[in-house]
Amino acid sequence: MPALRPLHLAAEIGGPPRYDAAHHTGLARLAEGGALDFVTLGDSFARPGPDALAVLSRVAPATRRIGLVPTVTTTHTEPFHVSSAVATLDWVSRGRAGWHVGVSTTEAEARLFGRRPAAPAAALWGEAGECADVCARLWDSWEDDAEIRDTATGRFIDRDKLHHVDFEGTAFRVRGPAIVPRPPQGHPVVVVDGTAEPARDAAARHADVVLVRATTPERTAEMRDDVRRRAAAHGRDPEALRVLAALTVDLGDAETAPEPGLASGPPLAGRGTYYRGGPVDLADLITQWHRAGAVDGFHLTPITPARDLERIVNGTVALLQHRSLFRTFYPGGTLREHLGLARPANRYALAGGRA
Amino acid sequence: MTAAAPKRMHLAAHFPGVNSTTVWSDPRSRSQIEFSSFEHLARTAERGLFDFFFLAEGLRLREHKGLIHDLDVVGRPESLTVLSALAAVTDRLGLAATVNTTFNEPYELARRLATLDHLSAGRAAWNAVTSSDAFTGENFRRGGYLDRAERYTRAAEFVATARELWDSWTPDGTPRPVAHHGRHFTVEGEFTVPRSPQGHPVVIQAGDSPEGREFAAAAADIVFTRHGTLDEGRAFYADVKGRLAAHGRRPDELKIMPGATFVLGDTDAEAQERAAAIRLQQISPQNAIAALEQVWGRDLSAYDPDGPLPAIDPDPGAEPARGRVRQGDPLAVAARWRELSRQKGLSVRQTVIEATGRQSFVGSPATVAALLTEYVAAGAADGFVLVPHLTPGGLDEFVDRVVPLLQERGVFRESYTGSTLRSHLGLDEPVWNG
Repeated sequence: MPALRPLHLAAEIGGPPRYDAAHHTGLARLAEGGALDFVTLGDSFARPGPDALAVLSRVAPATRRIGLVPTVTTTHTEPFHVSSAVATLDWVSRGRAGWHVGVSTTEAEARLFGRRPAAPAAALWGEAGECADVCARLWDSWEDDAEIRDTATGRFIDRDKLHHVDFEGTAFRVRGPAIVPRPPQGHPVVVVDGTAEPARDAAARHADVVLVRATTPERTAEMRDDVRRRAAAHGRDPEALRVLAALTVDLGDAETAPEPGLASGPPLAGRGTYYRGGPVDLADLITQWHRAGAVDGFHLTPITPARDLERIVNGTVALLQHRSLFRTFYPGGTLREHLGLARPANRYALAGGRA
Repeated sequence: MTAAAPKRMHLAAHFPGVNSTTVWSDPRSRSQIEFSSFEHLARTAERGLFDFFFLAEGLRLREHKGLIHDLDVVGRPESLTVLSALAAVTDRLGLAATVNTTFNEPYELARRLATLDHLSAGRAAWNAVTSSDAFTGENFRRGGYLDRAERYTRAAEFVATARELWDSWTPDGTPRPVAHHGRHFTVEGEFTVPRSPQGHPVVIQAGDSPEGREFAAAAADIVFTRHGTLDEGRAFYADVKGRLAAHGRRPDELKIMPGATFVLGDTDAEAQERAAAIRLQQISPQNAIAALEQVWGRDLSAYDPDGPLPAIDPDPGAEPARGRVRQGDPLAVAARWRELSRQKGLSVRQTVIEATGRQSFVGSPATVAALLTEYVAAGAADGFVLVPHLTPGGLDEFVDRVVPLLQERGVFRESYTGSTLRSHLGLDEPVWNG
């Protein structure tokens, strides 16, 4: 039997909207106490809530190791600004930034901007893929050693190591180079939920971490294999992808059922990716799926983070650690290191033969 | 009869930028990008009880003769993200970001600013700038160019739309839909962020043109202006303050804060020596030629920076530098520089040092404290945005040696009395306009 692949765990800390820093910092520290790979914070223009990337920037100096992955949408935003903000999150967190790529599909969101009507998901994910593409190019547009501070020649940078990206997408163009020098991780970690067909190709092309939602380990493994096949078809190494099963979890008491009709019972049985039960049962489910080789890990979305995250960390994660299935401390400093992902080579340095 | 209390000043700290003011060649100079540099300077400003910390913005790397300008600091992190992180390591310091109104949309930017105000418990400020050109536009969806008048109508509508969004939740926390239909923006729907601790983040305007002054008088809380002579400062101050009444505002509802550099020494003479040494660091031989080329519009790389100015005249049609403000009519500037060189017998480098970016306040701590006090007392400023020349330690000496003297004079606070930037500035919270 092959050795088990390392298990990766992540948790969403968004829930009912909160705007104060202490709330989010507390949850991120809790997750960090469990040595989770990263926390995510969802974001949408369609419902109340703060700007997620700003919140996780606020969290960064108050944490030391945990990865910080905000949702940033690509539909009504500027790719150049997205690239700068995510790169800056990587700088302020010293290499712990990720970016959960999102799109804005509704007419209500389109009306907040008044620039163009809502579009079908397929078109929006095509654009999101282009946005991820140009962001990666902008992150590479400074070679790592571009800053030279050479007093003899008076040059602060070697401008031969800065590159225009000259990106021409279907909906936008960007000249470059970036304003922000190449971030500590080279590329912050790109996360895409690849469950739905319109997003799966963008996930296979551009994501480092792909989330999939399915009810059985078999179905999850099928989706993972499909993502890996597509990634290979795009010339990527499938081993450089981490596929996480995305579960919504409710570790609360029976009387806190969030929706009518959701009874407790066998985890996930016929109930979508909604898990309801105790922290020990959740640890058993994670163990079982992981032993089956279905996924590289899990992304857990507690329905009430302020309550459930503590149970996940001190119940589920502690048990997985006791079973030696999950790390008890962070051997590395960056999110890429937690995920076992290499720091990407710079495409422009490669092209110039200087990699 | 008792003497009136001396007028108190406001102080802000500008993170060293990407022009030649910032000395990167000094061995004490550290990263312009790493968070530790921002943290050091912000903590120093807070230790000095400053009103706020100020970040400029970059949207396109500057070019010179068709190539990326490589002689000054290049690159910077994105302002609002840095300030959100700084909110974690400071408690009282205001946090001001420069963000362009041309290459952003009101809904998203108002949301990011309101979020910063929440995360910092009421310390956010926005320097709403309007510069726009096709060169910068090449990095953005909208691309393009706006002429001067159009830039200000767009900026004014942008700020007004942001204020509608900031006012859209009732004070008791109920979101209500916004419907803005203007010349530049159409925004319909609900804002995702409740009214923030300051009501509205503090709005800063930077720009000296008549349109900019009018925009400031109508809509800003602070004007970030260029520092000139005492007389120029007084004229600007009187002009801008005089415009407020027409907008139904009192003179103290808008603070005028010129950007200012400083050089300290144990004595005035030592400070002057240090100032001269800093000017040499700021204007390297290569930077002197580049500055010359920017005015002349020609390739002057064959000229000796320690030799005389070129005999040939500028090419007034050329535009060798992109992404930076030109210094006015090139023929007039060249004539001025030649006259300066001839009168004092200066080389190219010496001329550029003399003609550009002279330090604002040079002297012993007592001298600098007296000069700053005089500017404020004379009605030339309400305070200053101090621009250190070194990252990140360039403010240390000011905070250690000048701030205590300003406090002794009774012209600067001895502690923070409030927790929000508006309270530091003595600005009222905006009336909820629901």
